[in-house]
Amino acid sequence: MRRPFFHRALLYPSLLSGALALACGHATAATAWVSNEKDNSLSLIDMQTLQVTETLPVGQRPRGLLLSHDNKLLYICASDSDRVQVMDVATRKIIKELPSGKDPEQFALHPNDRWLYVSNEDDALVTVIDTVTDKVLGQIDVGIEPEGMAVSPDGKWAVNTSETTNMLHWIDTSTQTLADSTLVDQRPRFVEFDKDGSKLWASAEIGGTVTILDVATRQVLKTLNFQIKGVHPDKVQPVGIKLSADGKYAFVALGPANHVAVIDAKTYEVLDYLLVGRRVWQLAFTPDQSQLLATNGVSGDVSVIDVKNLKVLKSVKVGRYPWGVVVTP
Amino acid sequence: MRQPAQLALTCLLALAATLSAPLVCAAEPLQVRIGYLGYRPDPGPLLSNIIPEPADAGLQGAELAIVDSNSTGRFLKQHFQLTSATVDSPEALLQAANAQHDQGLRLFVVNAPAASLRALSAALPDSLLFNAGSPDDSLRSSQCLGNVLHSLPGRAMLADALVQFLVLRKWQRALLVVGQTEDDKAYADALRRALKRFGVQLVAEKTWTFDNDQRRSAQADMPLFTQTAEYDVVLVADERGDFGEYLPYQTWYPRPVAGTQGLTPTGWHKTVETFGAAQLQKRFEAQAGRWMNDRDFAAWMAVRSVASAASKLRQAEPRALQQLLLSEQLPLDGFKGRKLSYRPWNGELRQPIALVQPRALVSTSPQEGFLHPFNEMDSLGYDKPEVTCSYP
Repeated sequence: MRRPFFHRALLYPSLLSGALALACGHATAATAWVSNEKDNSLSLIDMQTLQVTETLPVGQRPRGLLLSHDNKLLYICASDSDRVQVMDVATRKIIKELPSGKDPEQFALHPNDRWLYVSNEDDALVTVIDTVTDKVLGQIDVGIEPEGMAVSPDGKWAVNTSETTNMLHWIDTSTQTLADSTLVDQRPRFVEFDKDGSKLWASAEIGGTVTILDVATRQVLKTLNFQIKGVHPDKVQPVGIKLSADGKYAFVALGPANHVAVIDAKTYEVLDYLLVGRRVWQLAFTPDQSQLLATNGVSGDVSVIDVKNLKVLKSVKVGRYPWGVVVTP
Repeated sequence: MRQPAQLALTCLLALAATLSAPLVCAAEPLQVRIGYLGYRPDPGPLLSNIIPEPADAGLQGAELAIVDSNSTGRFLKQHFQLTSATVDSPEALLQAANAQHDQGLRLFVVNAPAASLRALSAALPDSLLFNAGSPDDSLRSSQCLGNVLHSLPGRAMLADALVQFLVLRKWQRALLVVGQTEDDKAYADALRRALKRFGVQLVAEKTWTFDNDQRRSAQADMPLFTQTAEYDVVLVADERGDFGEYLPYQTWYPRPVAGTQGLTPTGWHKTVETFGAAQLQKRFEAQAGRWMNDRDFAAWMAVRSVASAASKLRQAEPRALQQLLLSEQLPLDGFKGRKLSYRPWNGELRQPIALVQPRALVSTSPQEGFLHPFNEMDSLGYDKPEVTCSYP
């Protein structure tokens, strides 16, 4: 990536100095990257000042975001452009577009840092792309409206959720074929493996539950319910899940309930509900895990949560309908 | 590259033999046949006939729901099949229903007026019917049909949804303009009930009779026709779309128009897009080549209700399905941001109602602040204490 960048930059000296200034600017603090579904843009938040520093135009209806393992590349699901865009984090330029299949929404990167598993919401497919050769390795038929995607830390399983079929689909990554399907509650939205890959957490938006499964047997261990004082149970619609690396907490974004649930990841006890913005969607930790960011779709802002004290520190206004979020160091 | 469904299924079957009791193949194969019965009477000649109602409204929704349901069915060894009949008389509808019943069908989606629904309900006592065509309030309040679930919102639900919004906007005085058909009068009844319920004043009521000066067009006549005591909003009850389209911008006072035209309450509209609705809209448009309307959604919801209950029960016996759907223990997904369920006291689907104008979603009711002891969605339509018939 570096070589063509410098080559071009040399032709345009002003660009080079600009890029260097940028490089110095964000070397000091982490940067949050937020996709704005209805603005076709990304908002960049400086995590030190908690200010939006840049807004970058991207493809249509950007939703899922993820980073390559070295944090140098940002993958963007541009759903209505029917492609996954790859942005160079250093230069903020789209360097290529991957053949994602129609309407990519969420995706997950295999531990080999190469295979990208993309859910194609309109086509009831999961597309596997090799991000090095840009070739499609396979397409797997799953249920209607595939949505959540996760790959197990050992790389063995890719799990997809289908929202209308209400299932988790287990894809064997060695053959890129469907191995098993597990029925869960209505409208499963997001899946997340724990750090050692023994358990899988899955949210069900309409069911209002989070299901924890044992990965070895693919059986349900526990189904969590949420009750928030003053919020009608219908409005509790779990979406994004993040598990802290120390194994202590699970955080669950509860959609129009406007709260993030804090769960003891060992006992599965709900510890607290943190009030955030309206229709909270997705979550991301800062690299040191001291803060958790939550995108609030309807209120158009991002809530910053202090993980140690379990307090909401601030909300940062971004673009219209913020959806995905990742943080670079 | 793409794995055909058949191959995937074969894989599943092969794996099922080796893995420890995976859920995929645990169930017995289940074949669920659903009948679709469509009859829409001719609305007669209309002054405003430029944009006609699609002829396959309803049917397309049921067909899409079959495709959606078979996707889950594929993994659960359940297969859903639609047998459809669209006819042009009540007699032919009854005949088609009997013919489907003779073939062993016991689950039906009916898109027909109230009288036909009553006849079908009586003729098929051992079956479960979904009403996706009649907004008649008596079916939901005083003359319940024990073997019918209503996935189409009744007029009372629509009117309550609209009037809650009027209250929110502090539009406190209404002029009501009513057409001449029985349906228009029923819509006006629902509006009057809602105005009284939520405390909006009815300053005047007029019937549009078409005895205006024939040298003037409807457009030209509307300002004079709407010259009454001052109002904040004009409500119109014209279900066929005969004259109501000529009311907006032509009222004596410069006020909004709402009801069957202008700002319209509906179970579904193109502009509903949040809570995953955009995906349903896209699937529908790819299949039907047009926008999804409220009847399509009601028929879609009916088939999805059957499929959701059948996937939980692993059977499709009509009574068992109805019992589960009325138990409030099976949250249904209708892309409306709330868990949907059927009211145990009259079998009507509780659901948020969209308030739309032709190219935008204006609001969604129930409005914030309209409280209910159990479920805010029950502030729309006939609540338990208001229903006088016994159900199911």
